[in-house]
Amino acid sequence: MRFLFKTDYNQDIKLAKHGGHVFWYGLLVLFLLAAPWVIQEYWLAQLTFVLIYAIVGLGLMLLAGFTGLFSLGHAAFLGVGAYTQAVMVNAGIPFPLAIACAGLLSAAVGMVVGLPALRVKGIYLGMATLAFGFIVEEILARWESVTGGNAGLMVNPPAIGSWSLDSTNEFYFLCLVITIGATLCIVNLMRSSTGRAFVAIRDSEISAQSMGIHLARYKTMSFGISAALAGIGGALYAHKIQFLSPEQFSIIQSIDLLLMVVIGGLGSIHGAFLGAIFLIVMPQLIAIAKDYLPSAIGQATGLQGTVYGLMLILFVLFEPMGLYGRWLKIRTYFQLFPFYRKGMFKRQKSFQKSDRLK
Amino acid sequence: MQLLQLLIDGISQGCIYGLIALGFVLIYKATETVSFAQGDLMMVGAFMGLALMAFMGLPYWVSVPATIIGMGLFGGGLERVVIRPILGQPAFSIVMLTIGVGFVLRGVITMIPDVGTDTHVLPVPYAGGVLRLGNLVISAEQAMVIATTAVLCGGLYAMFRYSKIGLAMQAASQNQLAAYYMGIPVKRINGLVWGLAAAVAAIAGLLLAPITFVHANMGFIGLKAFPAAVVGGFGSLPGAIVGGLIIGIVESVAGFYLPEGFKDIAPYIVVLLMLVLKPNGLFGEKLRKKV
Repeated sequence: MRFLFKTDYNQDIKLAKHGGHVFWYGLLVLFLLAAPWVIQEYWLAQLTFVLIYAIVGLGLMLLAGFTGLFSLGHAAFLGVGAYTQAVMVNAGIPFPLAIACAGLLSAAVGMVVGLPALRVKGIYLGMATLAFGFIVEEILARWESVTGGNAGLMVNPPAIGSWSLDSTNEFYFLCLVITIGATLCIVNLMRSSTGRAFVAIRDSEISAQSMGIHLARYKTMSFGISAALAGIGGALYAHKIQFLSPEQFSIIQSIDLLLMVVIGGLGSIHGAFLGAIFLIVMPQLIAIAKDYLPSAIGQATGLQGTVYGLMLILFVLFEPMGLYGRWLKIRTYFQLFPFYRKGMFKRQKSFQKSDRLK
Repeated sequence: MQLLQLLIDGISQGCIYGLIALGFVLIYKATETVSFAQGDLMMVGAFMGLALMAFMGLPYWVSVPATIIGMGLFGGGLERVVIRPILGQPAFSIVMLTIGVGFVLRGVITMIPDVGTDTHVLPVPYAGGVLRLGNLVISAEQAMVIATTAVLCGGLYAMFRYSKIGLAMQAASQNQLAAYYMGIPVKRINGLVWGLAAAVAAIAGLLLAPITFVHANMGFIGLKAFPAAVVGGFGSLPGAIVGGLIIGIVESVAGFYLPEGFKDIAPYIVVLLMLVLKPNGLFGEKLRKKV
């Protein structure tokens, strides 16, 4: 067992709580820095995808996991960021300016979506964001003069003047820098009073209002930051896949993002990364497993959808805290050995309409 | 006259949306969960009808009741296995669960060799017939949709008003504690409600199949039924049908009078307007909970 004996106020608010954190996260950062020389190029490309989806996942985790506003149309913000980046880079604007604009435009769109969110709760918010996602997808498809419509849009590699980043390694380092920056921003946000306000809104809006938290301001801020992160992730996504078309940002993509956040573990930063790893690794595992299954199952087209759905059902039924929750339980077991009790992470039942029993 | 034709088309499409929305609202009233699996249940119902009619060669008047009863049992089983353990968890988790169920249903149907990935024609006895009233042209499929929806609504109204099971369902959805006190087996009633919702989805699938043919992506129409449920109000059964009709008419009229592309997003614009102006829908109830 590890005992944290605090002798200083600063120890309470430090980013890395103890030496173990510093050691393991330092090792992770070293591995990520050395990755282009350690792992093959194909897996480096997959790792880049993981980083991009993790940025978007951080945004959605902030919105759904930390503020409790679940958004079924998040792919719309991804699409807005991606197309903004594509249009600007194709027009020759340098990369840092273009990505900042993509983030800001997505944030503005997010705040616009957030406005009706202030009046509606729960499932109605999901419906509003779903409706909004469809509208944005249709606009992207119809506004052909800017987005190229259904015929798609080619994207130039990121460039500042004549220095362009078009190799896998250079793009990987760009994504790594942006991911680390975004993670530090979100971790610090959650340590601050704004982050605590978000969590208060998730837990009970009425109590939060009683404590003096201005609901409208914080909800709009949450939508804005989450959409900005999705926009930045979308901009990097546009450069990675190099060819955009509106159907990549449909409801299926939104559901994939939600799947990532739920399976990773709602309400934790690690959950975004674990979910992104799950989302990228799953198709590879299915492709490998296909060789071992009888051909009737293995070669069928619906296999990926079935496996995703099954994993989602199993996680919600048996492990609602997601992959990170399972890791927490294992770690707590070993930390408290032999005093771990079975009901330590028991779920609480709650109903929205009162007078419900079971 | 063009407008009347558009209205008829809109009403017939709206009846389908209304039937799926009816399933949503039934489930929401009984168990407080929003089920994203209704569209895919409709698709499975259509495939079950196809299997009975086309592959096993049973006559229409045998396979339709068989499909409805089969899907009812499937819905009840789904509730027992997947939904009952999860009641009381945050609404978001349950929504993700039903999305997962939808994925699995769609994936399993697609995996069936040769059948899953093709588009099939459902052999119905009234296919191809046309009714003419002056300048109006109503196809037999559309007339069947409207007629069946009307009969179904009348039947459900009678059931909820006069039969003991209907009263028990209403009681369980209004105040669960009181229902327990009155001796109503609430968990079993919830299973029945899911079965009923799945049966309604199967009817919608069998009605829609002659119009759009049977294929694995039929379930996406369910996504358009959500605006119908929101417009009508999530807690109201007649609201679901009325909402469906409104969405169908709006879609049909927007497709003709507005520029291209508005047809698909018109229902969603209506939803956003509804959420801003009247968040509880046309017939919705205002919920109050003591803090």
